[in-house]
Amino acid sequence: MRPFTYERAASARDAAAKAAATPGARFIAGGTNLLDLMKLEIETPTHLIDVNGLGMDKIEPIDGGGLRIGALVRNTDLAADARVRKSYGVLTRALVAGASGQLRNKATTAGNLLQRTRCPYFYDVNMPCNKRKPGSGCAAIGGFSRQLAVIGTSDACIATHPSDMAVAMRVLDASVETIRPDGTTRAIPIADFHLLPGSTPQKETALDKGEMIISVALPKPRGGTHIYRKVRDRASYAFALVSVAAVINRDGTGAVALGGMAHKPWRVEEADALLPKGSKAVAERLLAGATPREDNAFKLTLAQRTIASVIAEAKA
Amino acid sequence: MKFDTPAGTNPIDRMRVVGQPTARIDGPLKVSGKAPYAYEHHDVPGKPAYGYVVGAAIAKGAIRSIDTAQAERAPGVITVVTHRNAGKLGKGRMNTANLLGGPRVEHYHQAIAVVVAETFEQARAAAAMIDVDYARDGGTFDLAAAKTGAAEQGGENAPTAVGDFEGAFASAPVKLDATYTTPDQSHSMMEPHATIAQWDGDGVTVWTSNQMVAWGKKELAATLQIAPEKVRLVSPYIGGGFGGKLFLRSDVVMASLASRAAKRPVKVALQRPLIPNNTTHRPATIQRIRVGCSRDGKITAIGHESWSGNLPDGDLETATMQTKLLYAGPNRMTAMRLAVLDLPEGNAMRAPGEAPGLMALEIAMDEMAEKLGMDPVKFRVINDTQVDPEKPDRPFSQRNLVRCLEDGAKRFGWSRRKAPGQTRDGRWLVGMGVAAAFRNNLNQKSAARVRLNASGQVTVETDMTDIGTGSYTIIAQTAAEMLGVPLAKVSVKLGDSAFPAAAGSGGQWGANSSTAGVYAACVKLREQVVQSLGFGQGEATFENGTVRVGNRSADLAQAAKAGELIAEDAMEYGDLAKKFQQSTFGGHFVEVGVDRYTGEVRVRRMLAVCAAGRILNPTSARSQVIGAMTMGVGGALMEELAVDKRFGFFVNHDLAGYEVPVHMDIPHQEVVFLDEADDKVSPMKAKGVGELGLCGVGAAVANAIYNATGVRIRDYPITLDKHLDKLGDVA
Repeated sequence: MRPFTYERAASARDAAAKAAATPGARFIAGGTNLLDLMKLEIETPTHLIDVNGLGMDKIEPIDGGGLRIGALVRNTDLAADARVRKSYGVLTRALVAGASGQLRNKATTAGNLLQRTRCPYFYDVNMPCNKRKPGSGCAAIGGFSRQLAVIGTSDACIATHPSDMAVAMRVLDASVETIRPDGTTRAIPIADFHLLPGSTPQKETALDKGEMIISVALPKPRGGTHIYRKVRDRASYAFALVSVAAVINRDGTGAVALGGMAHKPWRVEEADALLPKGSKAVAERLLAGATPREDNAFKLTLAQRTIASVIAEAKA
Repeated sequence: MKFDTPAGTNPIDRMRVVGQPTARIDGPLKVSGKAPYAYEHHDVPGKPAYGYVVGAAIAKGAIRSIDTAQAERAPGVITVVTHRNAGKLGKGRMNTANLLGGPRVEHYHQAIAVVVAETFEQARAAAAMIDVDYARDGGTFDLAAAKTGAAEQGGENAPTAVGDFEGAFASAPVKLDATYTTPDQSHSMMEPHATIAQWDGDGVTVWTSNQMVAWGKKELAATLQIAPEKVRLVSPYIGGGFGGKLFLRSDVVMASLASRAAKRPVKVALQRPLIPNNTTHRPATIQRIRVGCSRDGKITAIGHESWSGNLPDGDLETATMQTKLLYAGPNRMTAMRLAVLDLPEGNAMRAPGEAPGLMALEIAMDEMAEKLGMDPVKFRVINDTQVDPEKPDRPFSQRNLVRCLEDGAKRFGWSRRKAPGQTRDGRWLVGMGVAAAFRNNLNQKSAARVRLNASGQVTVETDMTDIGTGSYTIIAQTAAEMLGVPLAKVSVKLGDSAFPAAAGSGGQWGANSSTAGVYAACVKLREQVVQSLGFGQGEATFENGTVRVGNRSADLAQAAKAGELIAEDAMEYGDLAKKFQQSTFGGHFVEVGVDRYTGEVRVRRMLAVCAAGRILNPTSARSQVIGAMTMGVGGALMEELAVDKRFGFFVNHDLAGYEVPVHMDIPHQEVVFLDEADDKVSPMKAKGVGELGLCGVGAAVANAIYNATGVRIRDYPITLDKHLDKLGDVA
């Protein structure tokens, strides 16, 4: 870990302005991912702006329906919120499928969205990694890639986004609300929030320099049966090989997003429309253009079969 | 004391203390944080500095240059030790690669430097400033590709042949020829390898975490090129080892070198991501098994070949050893071949040999039973042997494998097992599997010292270790039984090389061997007691704190009134292990569910029935077996060090990437011990269970999966991707 300076921000705007003005600055909230990465010198911020004291920890109704989740709402509290459990069950289920109780107590909503990939080559500083060290190459391509992305990849990077929560938010059409250093705010649809790796895998989100997440807005409840199915090698405390977040209506229509497949939660709206036709039609459309490796080609089959499992569960 | 004839009746047979389900006497210390682990000793004189180990970034090659200047100038840094300033080092007899690399690099994450600083954070930060220029050599990292160049070994690992295997196999009416693979595995114990080292003149004391105190002392002396008596090694509490701490490892050497250079105590813990490549692992195997049977299910030919790899001069994984002994059959062969690989050093991990060997053999037995149309329990039963099949005039000391299997089948509800793919529970395909457990009993010379003071308090001192197994407790039970005192009157001091050298913890020999050493010392103390009391000749009885000879009796404490009595002895072994094959046995039964959509496997129930001689403490023995069963589930379903065949290292080198079972993976586990006492093994009449519990579990899981799905997987771990596309279409 490199030495760093530290301050507590006075307000969200203050935090954003300072982050923009201070080279090497990063926000810190729960720290469950950032501190690990700093210990390994994968992340080497020279200045940390602690945003934990800024409030932003409420879940409030939005006029006309919907919920606004403060950036600092802890994963445990979000999962347990009665309104979330009642009307956004897929989000609760995704949250409790992630990490451990201890981590969820600490991890925040915004931090969860911003967590970095668990690609083992990203985690080993002796290995080339375009995400960690742009231009150094990608050791994962041609290496051990069983956990890694099968769609939306590039020649520079085949990492996956590790979040479960974000997959549920994707299927719920959440939007990420931010404040910029000049004090202006904007809402970024979750579909556009996470980026594909392209030639700049180090750039993972649509956030500009200094821009900070202040909340996540969920649209008004969409009804339906909410399912989050996370498939992994052990029963708990592992990242998804494939996960499926789905909201399925009684008539078989609905929406579906996948985790563990890509650099971002993976959803294709045209595939949603195929849900009444069954898992194969959905998977074929969702995964069109996939570029699996030998190690992870099974994810295509697994995704289709997990969607089938989810559809069957929704019908049951 | 020498054990060279079968044990007669002795005080242990009373089983008033020994054999009772006693809670661990070190338990309260453990749960209240008062049992100091290696990194936590606060009785070290002086304020320890912190060492941080740097691992090599390449698998094979050389360090062209190493620039430590910036690190040395970093805040708080006291010194940096590398091959340039470490002084001349030797190598322990049991180490394959050097524990400090440079200029030659032998494997990925081989230690090449230790940075010493006032705080851990300073040492870690400075470690990242070391700039190393490497000349990378090509290496061999792929066992399957290196298999053709693999060579047979001599001595105990030489090929074996009895009868005419090839002929008998060729003519067998029912036969199997299948190849199985097991991956590299990491011990993944909770406590990392850690050491505090402190020099005093030309001698060094290391507080460390090591299963084998006497070995460690000798190996450290050899490495540092000092006399063994200049080394004191202290290892009273160990947070798991599983064979990963049998040998001297880099934490000890780097802490010692760092302390010598810094001229003050230094503490080093290997950081978790360094452990899988820096330390040892269980080597991967490729195994070919051929079994030929007559139509009535009698094995006529059995052959087991194994290939594994290791660094030059390393050892092979002895995966065929159990096949020499487990089943009958007149025509047999085994062969093991070793390929040179440039991956990190392979070495012992819990039940080395048998664990991977049975993962293969016991699937083969399941496959063969199916070919014969025979129940797999029955197939094993009819091929039982009561003698060493390679040397039929050599009987087993005691062998109750059949009872383990038949009793287990009854308890488990084995008769409800259906044909493959026939049992459903909602979305789950359900199956049951069985496998035999087999692990040899080994005895090691073990010494102890027993003291009796004037208040009747007994103290046992031995360098035996407790790696979470319960050594403290069974040693206390042994002394209490021998001297006729309650457990509370016995205190046990372990894990210090200043104490008499014990067997240590490995090869499941620890429990029987170390308590036998305590038995020997207690026999001697009993003689001293009788003599001190002036009771003369005659059989002495020690019970309820009283000593009786004939009609004379006295309080035990009375014997030490004039001064503490001290007795020291060792138990050594004659040739009973040559005359009688000494082994432990079990039957593992497992029920699994396989999600018919996703292929996920979840274990539902497990049962082990074990026959391992006298069980010294059913509570701690059960803990050993359920822990081993858990490890077996890990090996069957998830554990694999993923090899990067280009860079030559284990990629998933932390506990996020190398998955071991979590609580949710482990269902109800039941353990039954047969009531045995084996008089050929020691006066304790006990054998080991710590490794037996692992042997065969993986195959029982694999066979249960096959019974659930009808899809046979021969490559471990059985992750869902291996059978997913064969589970039938789901819409």
